[in-house]
Amino acid sequence: MEAVSPSPSDAPPLPKPTGGKAVAADRAAGGTAGERYHDRVASWLTAFAMAWSIIGMTAGVYVAAELVWPTIDFGREWLSYGRLRTLHTNAVIFGFGVSALMGTAFYSVQRTCHVPLFAPRLAWFCALAWQAGVLAGGISLLAGWNGGKEYAELEWPFDIAITVVWVCFAIVFFGTIAKRRIKPIYVSNWFYGGLIIVIAMLHLVNSLAIPVTLSKSYSLFAGAQDAIVQWWYGHNAVGFLLTGGFLGMLYYFLPKHAGRPIWSYRLSIVAFWAFTYSYIWAGPHHLHYNAVPEWVQSLGMVMSLVLLAPSWATLVNGVMTVAGAWEKLRTDPALKFIVLSLAFYGLATFEGPMMSIRSVNVVSHFTDWTIGHVHSGALGWNAMITFGAFYFLVPRLMGASLHSVRLANIHFWLALAGTMLYILAMWGAGVSQGLLWLSLDDIGELSFSFKDIMASMAPYYALRLVAGLIFLSGALLMAYNLAMTGKGRRTVAASPPATAAA
Amino acid sequence: MNAVDLHRKLERNSGLLIFGILLVSAIGGLVQVLPSVLQDDLVTPGPGTQPYGPVELIGRDLYIREGCSTCHSQQVRPLLAEVKRYGPYSKAGESAYDRPFLWGSKRTGPDLHRIGGKYTDLWQRMHLLDPRSVVPDSIMPGYPWLAERAADADGSIQARMRALRRLGHPYTEAEIEAAPAALAGLAEVDALVAYLQSLRPPNAEATP
Repeated sequence: MEAVSPSPSDAPPLPKPTGGKAVAADRAAGGTAGERYHDRVASWLTAFAMAWSIIGMTAGVYVAAELVWPTIDFGREWLSYGRLRTLHTNAVIFGFGVSALMGTAFYSVQRTCHVPLFAPRLAWFCALAWQAGVLAGGISLLAGWNGGKEYAELEWPFDIAITVVWVCFAIVFFGTIAKRRIKPIYVSNWFYGGLIIVIAMLHLVNSLAIPVTLSKSYSLFAGAQDAIVQWWYGHNAVGFLLTGGFLGMLYYFLPKHAGRPIWSYRLSIVAFWAFTYSYIWAGPHHLHYNAVPEWVQSLGMVMSLVLLAPSWATLVNGVMTVAGAWEKLRTDPALKFIVLSLAFYGLATFEGPMMSIRSVNVVSHFTDWTIGHVHSGALGWNAMITFGAFYFLVPRLMGASLHSVRLANIHFWLALAGTMLYILAMWGAGVSQGLLWLSLDDIGELSFSFKDIMASMAPYYALRLVAGLIFLSGALLMAYNLAMTGKGRRTVAASPPATAAA
Repeated sequence: MNAVDLHRKLERNSGLLIFGILLVSAIGGLVQVLPSVLQDDLVTPGPGTQPYGPVELIGRDLYIREGCSTCHSQQVRPLLAEVKRYGPYSKAGESAYDRPFLWGSKRTGPDLHRIGGKYTDLWQRMHLLDPRSVVPDSIMPGYPWLAERAADADGSIQARMRALRRLGHPYTEAEIEAAPAALAGLAEVDALVAYLQSLRPPNAEATP
């Protein structure tokens, strides 16, 4: 429809790269002759991400099983629910999620800028230091080093290490953009850039603490202020990492894969800035009816509702981009995953604002509904789009066709079934918890004891365990499929398009 | 110049783009979070709210170590059913000495903000070490190791109190001096029980 701006990679580059110090320097150095994209680091990050997905999901399945059979921690500290559940969230978000984002960012930023990575050694440092950090961090969580703030549990030595790696990530990413040969910065890079900048800001503020010992620190903020800062962080880590970062992935891999440019360039601009502006306000919906000022709660709720608009603008843009390439869905498992991830993105970004309405939140807050909501985003959106991107990416990185399309199709149905069952189980659990907790009888006394309500959760928790197992088994199939695809191969060499050299 | 033309400038200059993202994403924090952080009455201790004593402080840090807030909130909402179930609703001033706050986001188990005094020390101890010995249907993990270790095994209680004093918690030098003696001979489980028993509305009686 609309004047389409730079499409991901093989758009005809501008006739002549215009000015710019980077380009001039490159010409002086002899243009693109012999230049190669640095793709091995992306390959390894893909492998690391897959490993973390298995570790993180296995931990998730285990803690789900502990809620069914509470004694299967066998009295071991490191298998205890409170520690293992923290490992689960950290491994999937920071291990799987960030490794996947870093890998796809390194891959796509080169292709949307037509230049190899800036400071490739630093890129390797980022990739490997991040893995070492998440691994050591995960072990520290099992050892009981826990800062106590949700999604920011790692203690202060890790907070410092994260900051260092993150700064390096920014240098590599923005350095590559600075020396690009395509003048307009492609939209996927806005989202990856937003991820890097905003997460840095949130992490730096929320982690402020006074260390006491190596494994213990006290937050600079206290009580209600700490709560407001924490959910400003917590909600926007979801916003700019799990939503924005993965939208960067979507904006590169969806058009690339569908073979069509983004439907509306104008809409992608509006959606990006509206998203970046409004997401940051929504944190206090995690504190409805808590001891924080009323105006903070109300503002958080209103802005959460506003957020529906940019979220769905991107959804529309994505769906319209696929429209016209529907026939590919019959044959291409990677595109199937990406399109399904869009559906769950739409569901989760609708459900979120609804749950932020105070009168809905009264029922949903503190219940398993929240857990279901998180997983419709994490499994349905984040994991699925990553699976789709990897099924596309790994064969290209390895210069081989996918080992088994059939296995990938089986994985697709396992992932869909697992996610649906998970969400349904948690809706059932969450809505009944919420309503039963609030239920009063004819004379105004509580209808049910907490203990009885908790005991009635057993079937839902069992169902959730089954759902997790189904989803995990799909991820295992994928890890096998990708490993066989890359077996005995090395990352193929790829170069920026020759036409980019002036 | 219309918005799309303006954007063509922005998307051709990486420095401007970085600045734009930083600016646009910072507004919400500046308008909404910063005023709250500067609003002193949010962290002014309410009547009867005292800094944690050394035993309760160690207990609280154990509560954090074991991830108790993964399943237990400490935030009674001002709703009839919650006040009936748990007790008086939570107020900001009660959390003035909470670093970090432990309000939680999930109630797999019940809220604990008013748990103090509802059960005896012995019940709490048995429940922590083996929950199903007192609540047969419970799905809470047991924490047998809490009975095996000294409450202040690494001798850091004074460092903890001094760090908190730097953040404004009014501990006197005498209190800090006396802290190791208060913890002498206590196991971790004793400190955690003491912390749980301290969770009660600020002006309630001191003993159950």
